[in-house]
Formats: sequence, C-alpha cells, structure tokens
Amino acid sequence: MKTLDVILADHPFFKGLNAQQLKFLAGCSSNVRFEPEAFLYREEDEANNFFVLREGKVAVESYSPKRGAIIIQTLSKGDVLGWSWLFPPYHAHFSARAMELTRAISLDGKCLRKKCEEDHDLGYELMKRFSAVMIQRLQATRLQLLDLYDQSA
Amino acid sequence: MKPQRILPRLYRVQQSRLETYDTWTLESEPVDGDGVFSFAPGQFNMVYGFGVGEVPISISGDPAKPERLIHTVRSVGAVTKALCSLKKGEEFYVRGPYGTHWPVENAVGHDVVIVTGGVGLPPLRPAVYHILSNREKYKRIVLLYGARTPQDMVFTSELKRWRARFDVDVETTVDAAKPGWHGNVGVVTTLIPRANFDAQNTKVFICGPEIMTRFTILELQKRGVTTENIFVSMERNMKCGIGHCGHCQLGSVFVCKDGPVFRYDKVQPFMSKREI
Repeated sequence: MKTLDVILADHPFFKGLNAQQLKFLAGCSSNVRFEPEAFLYREEDEANNFFVLREGKVAVESYSPKRGAIIIQTLSKGDVLGWSWLFPPYHAHFSARAMELTRAISLDGKCLRKKCEEDHDLGYELMKRFSAVMIQRLQATRLQLLDLYDQSA
Repeated sequence: MKPQRILPRLYRVQQSRLETYDTWTLESEPVDGDGVFSFAPGQFNMVYGFGVGEVPISISGDPAKPERLIHTVRSVGAVTKALCSLKKGEEFYVRGPYGTHWPVENAVGHDVVIVTGGVGLPPLRPAVYHILSNREKYKRIVLLYGARTPQDMVFTSELKRWRARFDVDVETTVDAAKPGWHGNVGVVTTLIPRANFDAQNTKVFICGPEIMTRFTILELQKRGVTTENIFVSMERNMKCGIGHCGHCQLGSVFVCKDGPVFRYDKVQPFMSKREI
C-alpha cells in the first residue's frame, strides 16, 4: 500500500517538491471519503483545508434562494480543489458537493499556513502551484463567459 | 462541377424530429424517386426553403445509408426557421453536396480525437458513423462534446449508445447545470488535458463556433498535437456554394469550395485576424 508521501509525490501538483517538503505535507494530510451528495464543504464554511481528488466527481456550486443550486464547475480525479484556506478571511466562497462516491486526500490548510510562514521556500512552491491552478480556472471561467457555443461567436 | 450538383433537386420530408428546443433533424427523400445521395462526411448542401431563401446546411446522416438525406438545423434566422417548421410531406430544394470532407481515410491507423460544441456535432456525425463502421482501422477514438446546458445537447440517445461502447471514449460537458445533472460542467476545452490519446499519433477533427475552435487548438497544442494533424470546419456567409460569388472568402480561400473542412495550418493565418 502506498504511503501518503508517495501518493503526493506521484501527483503532478506536487511534482518537484523535495523529500522533506513532501514528508511535511504528508504529515498534514489524511485520506477522506465522501458519499454521493455529501458536501466536502459549504459556502461560508471556514476554509481550513484543500483536497487532491483521487476518485469520483465533485460539483463546485453556489446557491441562491430564487435559482436554487447552480453548478459552476465539476472536478474529478487528479484535480485540486479549494484555495480559500490561503487567503483571509479563510472562508469558502462556493460549496463543493460529491456527485458520486469520492475519495480524496485532505490537506490541513491551517497547519500549512503556519508552516509556509516559517518556511518561505515551501510557501513559494505552493503559491506557484496554486497560482497555476487559479489561472487555469480563471481562463476556463473566461471561456464560459464568452459563451463558446453561440453560433454567432 | 457536375450539372446535377448545381441544379436544385426537390426533396420531401419523411420525418422531422425535435432534437432540442430550437434544433430539428429533417429526414428526406427525393421527390423524383432516384434515392441515392452520395456524400462524404463533412460536406454540406445548399438548402432552399420556398419563398424564404437558401442556406448552407451540413449533412448529418450516415454516408453508408445514402437513401435518406438527413440535415440537422438550428432555428436561428428566417430560412432555418422555415426549414425547422417543415412537416412530414412538405418539400424543399437541395443542391449539393459541396465542399471538402473530414479526412477519415488519412486518419486510418491513428488515434482520432473529435472535439465539438453546440450544433457542431451534426457536421461531424457522418465522420463518427464512418469511423465506428470501420472501427478496426483506427486506434483510440475520443469524442469530446460541449454545450451551454444539458437542454442544448443534440443526439443525446446516440451519445449514450456511443458511450456504452467499450471502444470509444465519449465525454460531454455543459457550461451550466443544476443538481440532477451527473455529467461534467465546464467548457469543452477542460476535457482535453485528461483525454486519453497519443498526441504524436492523432488526427483531430474540430467543429464548432470559431472561438471554440481557437481555444480548443491552444489546448491541443499544449498536449503536443501539431497543426498539420488538426482539421477544422469553418463557417462563413455562403451564397453560391461553388466558389463563384466570393461571399465566403477567407483570405486566399473560399470556405464553400476549398472548405468547409481545412487542415488547420492552411487557415491559421486568417483565424484571429480582425481585418479578414
């Protein structure tokens, strides 16, 4: 059975981190499992962790009383979910709901925040990786706004 | 060009099927009884609605079943609205087929990735039929299809059937959905990084709005697919369909005659030029 530091080392998101950094991250990690329809977190929840999805599918969604829940994006195996733990006020802006049985590695953001303040090398490595994820999601959101399938586009 | 391709031929609707709230599929047969309409996947016809006008419509049927001519039409203007309102037994004129086709023969021995969005699937459906009928000649087959919402997806039963096959990867995605939708949410380009194909040995067919095509190609290039292995179907304002009137000129090419299917490197210089 693979240990968490080996699993993290194999993941593209953590590629290039040194053994000590991976060991530390593994110490802040745990395996988690969500049944279909279970929430990984809800809007406004305190954002204390992020997830590396290993199996299943997660809907990132928002809710309004008039329109109900709207799915903004789905994430699946290999994706990284959640960056609100990085920025004050450390609250989730959207909800994350398991659409099917989902297995993930949960990383303790509170613990990582503290460590990143002490170890700027690790902090920089993580910020680089999260910036790439954020840019990718921003680009995808821009494309959604462009209404890609409009025939007049 | 053969005279029969320039002369309009009368067709009678045999079946009209609602695909989505604004898109219909018309199955028709020639009134003169000569039943065969041979075409290659990706070609289009100029279709004339009586008293309204003529528009280019891609053929969406199976090239191996030429006895029925099938068009899938989205009601977006006066002519397409008239065509979508045709009922069984009503008639319209067709001339064609025109244009270039998807290079299904050149793709033999390769992975084939088909990326499409909105009503870009109908012009690709004949290529899918051909490839699946000759499945053993191709390696991996990947079909990626995006739409605005689940209600905007065409050929949903067929997509399900194709997905149920073990020899083709079908992934669909929508821009927005409510709970109850179990598929992907996000634009079609988000499906490309996780699609299973060998970028060095792949032919890609793309059909959809131009903006979708451009961003799809950017993602494919990140995977290492080269421009000479990417084929796109272009759309411009076509009038004659045979390269005479010049309405569909795109740089140095006519979309109706030199296209609609182009190898990407042939049209790349014109794709993002505002002045063209």
